[in-house]
Amino acid sequence: MSKKTHRRLLAGAALALSATLGLTACGGSQDPSEAAAKGGELTIWAWEPTLKKVVDAYEKEHPDVKIDLVNVGTGNDQYTAVQNAISAGSGGPDVAQLEYFAMGQFELGGSLAELNEFGADKLSSQFATGPWEGMSTDGKVYGLPMDSGPMALFYNATLFKKYNIEVPKTWEEYAAAARKLHEANPKSYMVNDTGDAGFMTSMIWQARGKPFTTNGTEVDINLNDEGTQKVTKLWQPLLDDKLVAPITSWSDEWYKGLGDGTIASLVTGAWMPANMETGVAEGSGDWKVAPMPQWEDGGKATAENGGSGLSVLKDSKNAALAYDFLEFATVGEGADLRISQGAFPATTKDLNDEKFLNRKFDYFGGQQINKVLSESSANVVPGWSYLPFQAYANSIFNDTAGKAYISNTSLSDGLGQWQKSLETYAKDQGFTTK
Amino acid sequence: MSNTITTPAAHTPPTTRSAPAAPKQRRRTIAARKRWTGWGFLAPFMAVFVLVFIAPILYSIYLSLFHTRLVGGTSFVGFDNYARAFSDPVFWGGLLRVSLFLAIQVPIMLGISLLVALAVDSGRLYGSNFFRISIFLPYAVPAVVASLMWGFMYGRRFGLVGQINELFGWNIPDLLGPQIVLASIGNIVTWEFVGYNMLIFYAALRVIPSSLYEAAAIDGAGQWRVITAIKIPAIRGALVVATIFSIIGSFQLFNEPSILQALAPNAITSTYTPNLYAYSLSFSGQQQNYSATVAIIMGLITMVIAYIVQLRGMRKDV
Amino acid sequence: MAITTLRPATTRGRGKLETPSQPKRNLLLTIVTGIVLVYSLIPLIWLLINSTKSQADLFSTFGLWFGHDFNFFDNLTRALSYDNGIFLRWLGNTLLYVVVGAGGATLLAVLGGYALAKFEFPGKKAVFAIVIGAVAVPGTALAVPTFWMFSRLSLTDTPWAIIIPSLISPFGLYLMWSFAKDSIPSDLMEAARIDGASEFRTFWQVCLPLLAPGTVTVLLFSMVATWNNFFLPLIMLRDSDWFPLTLGLNQWNSQAATAGGQAIFDLVLMGSLLTIIPLIIAFLFLQRYWQSGLSAGGVKE
Repeated sequence: MSKKTHRRLLAGAALALSATLGLTACGGSQDPSEAAAKGGELTIWAWEPTLKKVVDAYEKEHPDVKIDLVNVGTGNDQYTAVQNAISAGSGGPDVAQLEYFAMGQFELGGSLAELNEFGADKLSSQFATGPWEGMSTDGKVYGLPMDSGPMALFYNATLFKKYNIEVPKTWEEYAAAARKLHEANPKSYMVNDTGDAGFMTSMIWQARGKPFTTNGTEVDINLNDEGTQKVTKLWQPLLDDKLVAPITSWSDEWYKGLGDGTIASLVTGAWMPANMETGVAEGSGDWKVAPMPQWEDGGKATAENGGSGLSVLKDSKNAALAYDFLEFATVGEGADLRISQGAFPATTKDLNDEKFLNRKFDYFGGQQINKVLSESSANVVPGWSYLPFQAYANSIFNDTAGKAYISNTSLSDGLGQWQKSLETYAKDQGFTTK
Repeated sequence: MSNTITTPAAHTPPTTRSAPAAPKQRRRTIAARKRWTGWGFLAPFMAVFVLVFIAPILYSIYLSLFHTRLVGGTSFVGFDNYARAFSDPVFWGGLLRVSLFLAIQVPIMLGISLLVALAVDSGRLYGSNFFRISIFLPYAVPAVVASLMWGFMYGRRFGLVGQINELFGWNIPDLLGPQIVLASIGNIVTWEFVGYNMLIFYAALRVIPSSLYEAAAIDGAGQWRVITAIKIPAIRGALVVATIFSIIGSFQLFNEPSILQALAPNAITSTYTPNLYAYSLSFSGQQQNYSATVAIIMGLITMVIAYIVQLRGMRKDV
Repeated sequence: MAITTLRPATTRGRGKLETPSQPKRNLLLTIVTGIVLVYSLIPLIWLLINSTKSQADLFSTFGLWFGHDFNFFDNLTRALSYDNGIFLRWLGNTLLYVVVGAGGATLLAVLGGYALAKFEFPGKKAVFAIVIGAVAVPGTALAVPTFWMFSRLSLTDTPWAIIIPSLISPFGLYLMWSFAKDSIPSDLMEAARIDGASEFRTFWQVCLPLLAPGTVTVLLFSMVATWNNFFLPLIMLRDSDWFPLTLGLNQWNSQAATAGGQAIFDLVLMGSLLTIIPLIIAFLFLQRYWQSGLSAGGVKE
């Protein structure tokens, strides 16, 4: 208990100081490849299914290393588990999978090892902008990206053809298409949405909004800026006219709806294909991928939705060894292994690899979808940041903004309530807000 | 068995008056021995109890007096957290919700349980054994499975509700919508526990001496009279106990809304019930102190209400 | 209502003599009570039927009738072998928690209830009040502190984190107290003591057999509570190797809700079916015990 208080005081009083202390507290930097040759044990908490093969391959190459890969839950479940272990001071892993939006929470708490000492900062050019920025702050690298989720428009081409709908290139066209589709078939909807924090923030990201800014312990939240307003102005009429299917993503209804034409499109991240192949078998051959609709004619801006990386926890006793694994899994052999299993890369090399780009996907009628997705990755709007407590923020999104989906509250007001709740939380946690 | 009873041979009983004769002395020694024997048998339970209940509760109280921030560390704040809870609309909203839930679901569930228990006890059912077992079965189903099943069935598009709508042309409203979801949760809880309570009542009915029935028959009492004058008063104890446990269960509502939340994220907020609130404060928001405060307040409210019900329900000591 | 009536054989076809202890069967009452019966059974029937469907059929066929194929055995083998047979591991875990946890809880409750019912000792009233009051404490008040305590002791993510808290059943204690009070005559105990038996022997050989129905009741209810335990394992366990069935099913169900995850709702249903069968069997076989056990606390003749 006192140990935790002590650490918290350090983290709060002087972030930079605690980071430097952390470096030396680690016991000095060891060379990662030396550590790997020496051997040791690693515990990795990750839900990414493609990592199993990576772990096997690594263990084969380094027979003296034993890795325990545990899935303690996806997303928020994982973060809760990691946070609890950190607070309790024991029971945590060496390596944890963290989505980009969750990085802030752990960076702020001083829980992540700075990887610059192992040379991580030299890898910046090997990764796409969005993911790289997600894993580092002010030049300090706290993790290596595993995959990315540049957004695109996944649409049911068969359905579009049936109702004579052209693939929308702008959001205006998208809204018009939604109207046309629903009028033609009241059982079909262009898209589903019951309030998804990740989706909403990604949309604002693409619209060049910057609702969240962090400056040390100062947090600024503005969910009413230009970008946000663009999104709410677009989305509100769709909600009002009931053009959006009231189906929650990832529910069994949702999977079914994607397969039988109830939901005609998805604007989501590049990791979607793997899910469709396993969960929406019915839709094989019907779907295609197009670039994300734009706010301006001829525009090319996109955003990331989801995606995660691997970080080393400061408490780890095998930081150097852990880092060696990180490199293996994200830029070495491991990356290739994962991509071959369907993960969408975060490395520029793979994003531009000929074979990768030319791969034909049967599910999408033979389309070379990676070309679209890769281009999206290159067009991600830079400069986005999440809150230092984004995982929490997302968990209360439906409590506040979610009202807009079940009552007469406008989306704009709902986001305003979200903002208020977040500001209250921030103050409660000792941040200053403007 | 790890439990060993040691007869305290050297134990001197405290004497408040002079010991007159040997038999009395022996009786007092036996009495003294018995005094601590009781503790001997109780010790294993109490030892684990202290570890698993008392220690965490004390720690919870301790936590509720502090405040840990992401920026700034931990500090002592006295009763600030409690003051915050009392003016927290989210907390009161959740409390009112479970109170409403309690006021409606508990009487309905216990009412059905009582009626079925009476029916089974009356001996007028064909296959009463089958009834007893079948209606009890849902109790053996974990809340997770029950919520999953009902969640599947509630689905308006592909669940049973949707299919019934299509088949019969009805328009059953969205059972997971904000207006009705509380009732839908109530349905699941009722389904789970109707049989359990029914069995408690039935067991109590079974021990009513038949002499009472014979007397009633001689008096020419009708069936309803028998029920109201003999059966129900006789199982008063069971009724009170069942009510108290149902009230406590209602106040602690967590499992069912938690699992249905994925299906109705806007209707079932993370603050839907006080227990859900305390859970998300603790595990999503890392606000352990406030979470402990909410939990303690809920515990106190529950205990007070359960105590009141017990006082009013039981005229004589249990 | 007539007491004894010779009823003509033609009325109901049963021709039984109606006495206060043998009333006539009422069809209307049966039907009305039957509504509750149907209500109780429908979800279980739904579960049984839908566990025979493939994932695709689950969504496309009517909920209360079978799908196009009969996939019961296919689902069964897949559920048991998925992910290297982790379901069987979960089943083993649950059995462990139930045998040790519920078994231990019953033991502690029997001992404690016996003490509360048959002995006077200082602090008895306080104990009673505290323990029964403990029932009203919300699980969340205990969850985080218990988790932290167990963390310090390095017990989280181990079976002990589940077993130790399961050992306390306030309701079991109450039930045993109530039962012991009514079913153990104090004279019997005195007689044993005068004969020179130690307290322990008195308990073990004289009283325990008398407590059998109550013991079985507490055992069964503790078994149900431990088997169905969800919240406690949810916060204590990280490694899915130690999950009980409830947590495992929950994980399978939310597996669909993740990027790259595979929806296995058909296995979730089959797993759910398999999870509830053992308890149902246990209850069916041990009927006569728990029914008499529950009579504790009622009016005695």
